[in-house]
Amino acid sequence: MAPPVSNMTDATQTGPVLSADGTPLKRSLQKALFRQKMRALALIAPLLIFVLVTFILPIGDMLFRSVENQIVSATIPRTVVALETWDADSGESPGEEVYAAFYWDMAEAVEAKTHTRLGGRLNYEMTGLSSLFRKTGRGVSDIGEFYMDQLADLNDEWEEGAFLADALGAESWVSAATDAAANDVTAPAFVLRDGVADALPLTAHIYSRFAAQTLAEKDSPLEEDPWEAVYTALYQDLISNPNAASAVSPAAANLFTDAAAAVPNFENIGFKEQFIDIDKDWDDPEAWQTIQAYSSAYTAGYFLAAMDLMNTPDGIARVDEDERIYIRLFGRTIFMSLLITGTCILLGYPIAYLLSNLKVRHANLLMILVLLPFWTSLLVRTSAWKVLLQQQGVINDLLVWVGLVADDSRLQLINNQLGTVIAMTHILLPFMILPLFSVMKTIPPSYVRAAKSLGATNWTAFWRVYFPQSVPGIGAGSILVFILAIGYYITPELVGGTSGVFISNRIAYHISTSLNWGLAAALGAMLLVLVLALYWIYDKMVGIDNVKLG
Amino acid sequence: MSALPPYATTGQRIWHYGFRVICGLIFFFLIFPILIIIPLSFNAQDFFTFTPEMLALKAEGYSLKHYEDFFTNSDWQQAMTNSIRIAPVATILSVGFGTLAAIGLSQTHVPFRRAIMAILISPMIVPLIISAAGMYFFYSRIGLQGTYWGVVLAHAALGIPFVIITVTATLVGFDKSLTRAAANLGAGPVRTFFKIQMPLILPGVISGGLFAFITSFDEVVVVLFVGSAGQKTLPWQMFTGLREQISPTILAVATLLVAISVALLTTLELLRRRSERLRGMSPG
Repeated sequence: MAPPVSNMTDATQTGPVLSADGTPLKRSLQKALFRQKMRALALIAPLLIFVLVTFILPIGDMLFRSVENQIVSATIPRTVVALETWDADSGESPGEEVYAAFYWDMAEAVEAKTHTRLGGRLNYEMTGLSSLFRKTGRGVSDIGEFYMDQLADLNDEWEEGAFLADALGAESWVSAATDAAANDVTAPAFVLRDGVADALPLTAHIYSRFAAQTLAEKDSPLEEDPWEAVYTALYQDLISNPNAASAVSPAAANLFTDAAAAVPNFENIGFKEQFIDIDKDWDDPEAWQTIQAYSSAYTAGYFLAAMDLMNTPDGIARVDEDERIYIRLFGRTIFMSLLITGTCILLGYPIAYLLSNLKVRHANLLMILVLLPFWTSLLVRTSAWKVLLQQQGVINDLLVWVGLVADDSRLQLINNQLGTVIAMTHILLPFMILPLFSVMKTIPPSYVRAAKSLGATNWTAFWRVYFPQSVPGIGAGSILVFILAIGYYITPELVGGTSGVFISNRIAYHISTSLNWGLAAALGAMLLVLVLALYWIYDKMVGIDNVKLG
Repeated sequence: MSALPPYATTGQRIWHYGFRVICGLIFFFLIFPILIIIPLSFNAQDFFTFTPEMLALKAEGYSLKHYEDFFTNSDWQQAMTNSIRIAPVATILSVGFGTLAAIGLSQTHVPFRRAIMAILISPMIVPLIISAAGMYFFYSRIGLQGTYWGVVLAHAALGIPFVIITVTATLVGFDKSLTRAAANLGAGPVRTFFKIQMPLILPGVISGGLFAFITSFDEVVVVLFVGSAGQKTLPWQMFTGLREQISPTILAVATLLVAISVALLTTLELLRRRSERLRGMSPG
């Protein structure tokens, strides 16, 4: 069977084309292309890594924070687990085991001082939880003291830090810690005595936490008083394991044996009762519902809040009428940005038209009047407007002098929306003029002349022939101005008063004043999506590579 | 705009001159706020408006006391020092990395060119308050928040898009046969870069650097969040001054900053002309 014709010609007539060193040309070219690509990437890589680390990662971190909610499960892990089985719709507060878990969590959180942060976090979802957590933080030590006092009644030794450290610590650790105390250096990391963890599990855990934190603060567990919660743990452990004395150091065994015999007769109050005693709100299922609802590591709660919504037991609902601020603020930001874009078109179009129709020499001169404001510091321009627009400022003085305005009824031009619109129009006007100008430069004047010679009036020639050709410039300039306006912070902050502020000002407020970083991040993420969508349109219309400066 | 033809009607005449008056007013709106602060900064009183003495052009109405305050007040001097310590370092970082990357980007075959470009330009697109928030969160995680280097790195990131844009624009007009000729004559890539490519794209690099410098020098939102009191820059000091008790010293500072902008603008214009001349000389 004859081979196909093409194969035959390949093999017999040309063969693969070879480069000078004998490799096939195709492969040689591919190799060269690959090298070229790698060289380009190697040149770009340092900057790309730099921007990724200094800029993209921070933006990613912000997006992450807008949904991140690990504080609840990190601060009260046992409670979160215990609450999983509680039926939030039952209308009753949870059972004793949840309160017990909550006690151990709070005991550690209070010592680490993280309970106030958790209270602050949960307060965003339910007002009053912040003060409840503070109050409870002061109350939990009383629970431990209740057992501590009863043990101390048996023997004063129980209150001594050295006694418990000796009883629970490994012998080698106790001698090392004693030496360290004598030499005035920090003791080594705490080690439990063998068997203590099995015989006294709760005590072993909480005492280890106490020892670790004490050592971290450069104190010795031999000298510091143990946390009150240690005594609650001892009580519980001795009740459930009366033979625990065999696990502790021989010197302490006697006291443990006595205590184990005495604890069944101790006065005991359940954790639930103790917490309700601290604050009766702990009997209210609502607080527990909030903790349960926000116990997962990620939450949509910040985004809901940013859209004036909230999570209720009946599903997502709008917040009360008088608390709906963010949607209105977004609306105002968009409306004012549109207004500023509109005034920029109105003022920028005639200037761009004039500049593109003048002789180059004259246009260059007038262009300086556009570029000088463009290059002047934003704060200089904002302070200029602040000075001009004040009630005792130049403009009001002039109006009074002319007689348009009476001296006692000077115009309120600043610290309101008018101030923001005037100052921002001035600041953003060059961003409208420059793209408009570059588009108008390319419109051939012959078209308008042709229209006029065919009988069009000046207006018709402009409106039907010139204007449609300048629309791309309006589009590019408008999107640019709008994108810049919508994210402005400094100018609204300085001249906007309370009615002229933008969403950016609210974001800044949540970062630095209210410290609700999650909500700030959620608002920022929404603004970012809006800007990126507009930018995508800008890219489709104009192209990133065509951004011109100056 | 062409002059009026002799046969123009009255209406056309009115429109012709009316349009010029409107444009004049808009130019006035653009330039007036910047010019007005210059005489006001020489006010002998602590007012923000013209005193009768000033209007009468009497010498006692004017003084340099606000400038004196700027140069002697330790707050302002500290802010000035911080600005001068931060902006040049941030500029060097963005110009160094940015120029290399721009050369890489202008090669014929660059994989993922659009995606890379989008990432590198993004600091210019993202609203400053969002950049500031993100950097504040992230830099406090890694211990850069409130440090000198934190502010420098943040400002360098903000300046990079300007360097990329100006340098790539210069490279578009760069004649590649020049580098090939250099290589043909035996120059290595490094020598070719410094002897051939660099002198030709230098105007673009410098104007990119000026953009990066002014970005850092004028920047206030990011430094407010990323910096701490130790990194208080001139714009930050102005911002606090404007927000709390507005003092006329701000006008003196503003006037000095306007002078700096004029100097920068002139430099850029000269560079642009030089670049055009150089490109006109190169064949192709």
